[in-house]
Amino acid sequence: MAIAIKAEGLSKSFTGTSAVIDLNLEVQPGELLALLGPSGSGKTTFLRLVAGLETPGSGRILFGNEDATSLSVQDRRVGFVFQHYALFRHLTVAENIAYGLRVRPRRERPPAADIRQRVENLLDLVQLPGLGRRYPRQLSGGQRQRVALARALAVEPRVLLLDEPFGALDAKVRRDLRRWLREIHDRTGHTTLFVTHDQEEALELADRVAVFNRGSIEQVGTPDEILDRPATQFVAGFVGEAVRLPVDAKGGWIRLGPHALVTPNDDVSGPAQLFVRPRDLAVADEPSDGIRARVVAVRRTGPARRAELALADGLPTVEIELPVRCSVSKGDLLPVTLSTVRLFTSR
Amino acid sequence: MRDGALADGRAARWILIALAVSFLILFLVLPLLAVFTEALRRGVMAFFTAFDDPDTWAAIELTLLVAAIAVPLNMVFGLSAAWAIAKFEFPGKSLLITLIDLPFSISPVVSGLVYVLLFGAKGLLGPLLDDWDFKVIFAVPGVVLATIFVTFPFIARELIPLMQEQGTSDEEAALTLGASGFQTFVTVTLPNVSWALLYGVLLCNARAMGEFGAVSVVSGHIRGLTNTMPLHVEILYNEYNLVGAFAVASLLAGLALVTLGAKSLLEWRHGDALARVHRH
Repeated sequence: MAIAIKAEGLSKSFTGTSAVIDLNLEVQPGELLALLGPSGSGKTTFLRLVAGLETPGSGRILFGNEDATSLSVQDRRVGFVFQHYALFRHLTVAENIAYGLRVRPRRERPPAADIRQRVENLLDLVQLPGLGRRYPRQLSGGQRQRVALARALAVEPRVLLLDEPFGALDAKVRRDLRRWLREIHDRTGHTTLFVTHDQEEALELADRVAVFNRGSIEQVGTPDEILDRPATQFVAGFVGEAVRLPVDAKGGWIRLGPHALVTPNDDVSGPAQLFVRPRDLAVADEPSDGIRARVVAVRRTGPARRAELALADGLPTVEIELPVRCSVSKGDLLPVTLSTVRLFTSR
Repeated sequence: MRDGALADGRAARWILIALAVSFLILFLVLPLLAVFTEALRRGVMAFFTAFDDPDTWAAIELTLLVAAIAVPLNMVFGLSAAWAIAKFEFPGKSLLITLIDLPFSISPVVSGLVYVLLFGAKGLLGPLLDDWDFKVIFAVPGVVLATIFVTFPFIARELIPLMQEQGTSDEEAALTLGASGFQTFVTVTLPNVSWALLYGVLLCNARAMGEFGAVSVVSGHIRGLTNTMPLHVEILYNEYNLVGAFAVASLLAGLALVTLGAKSLLEWRHGDALARVHRH
């Protein structure tokens, strides 16, 4: 299959500090790709490089077979959605959406009636029919971001670039808009890149996720691959609320404080890092089978209960997810087993 | 709350209000009234005959001319400087900001003297200008230059904080939608600062018409040629032509009041946008 966007050896630095270092990425047509990473990891810089809002220090950006590196922002035909909407405050919603069509040179500009019709259709698409005459300040945050998306879609962009699109909204609106964005994407089929630091958002929404760290991509893959087969220590630690435990590995066995555990990957040996997520732990059926862990704290999180466990003295505490009916309290000894072993050699 | 915590302070509140009001009356309202009563002391006829003097008309015309040149120029300078400072990063930016503030921080008399030293007969560029037979000092160009210098910060100062707060996302959005740099400036940047710009123009205009110190040094006080209204007021006053002096002064004060009125109207209609400017 053809490739929609390709970054080749892309680098960018700002006054001495590198934001993006020798980055390679291929985006499939029609794909919804999340750029996930902590703040300062270079994901927004990469998005702005694709848009043409920054010029790369070195490397190339291809749109299809066309080298877009030297194309101006205007000629790249990208739809860009900003975290804080960047709606034109002196224009109405309809005028905002029509902006990209109205600034075209006269011979490329659609007739006024066509523009009006397009605006109507887009307002329907983003589920804001009849709000064309409002001003941005009369809308809620979620509505503003919908208008911003409609405005970006109006120019029929080759790719859609979203920079933390839900970052300024509260949790409930975020969840609604997330589902809504997925619907719009499935209906319009635009190749879409979106930046987020919220892993839940990235893993739930995207076809594939690129995990950024310090200006490079650590891993690109489907949410399943990222969650189940993290390629690097960073990915293993960043996704899934993992806790990192120092262990000693040797010949298929790992030593965790006073406990010994079996591990399938016997190629790791010597000092290593074990990444444990809340769902990796389960209460042992037979008390004698498990690691006896001390309950340090119990919390209620939504439909489940979470207990903080100390597997051994001096180790960071890990969390376990428990059914609500399971009654444990602080100070109890709980036998637990580890279902998944995620092990990386210490660097 | 009105009957609660603050009720005990009622006496204190009234004392403070009375203090503030009497201060206002003593230092602002009374002098302003004095200007108008002095101007009308010999009756309305005397007031109008004061404007029969061709030198007075020349001063009024020159003042309007100077403002008509200085204000649009400073609008262009101020807008470009604010745009460059707020939207771009470049070396020497803080130096530029300091330079813009310079006319605020030095005495207007000194700014006038600088121009005399630069363009005067014995000044740095004096001989050169003499060769071209072009007079700056003791002529209209000097008055215009001095006014531009003194009023330079007004518009830029008004725009910089607002533009900085607005950031560059709006402009970037316009660019990604296909607008050219010029289209972006006209359809996005300018409308975003329009009220602050108008406000800055009003302040700049008020100062351009009222400037005394710098203009006094470079003008040479040639009647009918290089006298602006403030300078003319001083000359009439020194000649004990009190009615004439206060008549012209009342015209200046009237201009100031109109400016203030327009400013208040702006603040009333567009309070939110301007409040953002003045939070600094």
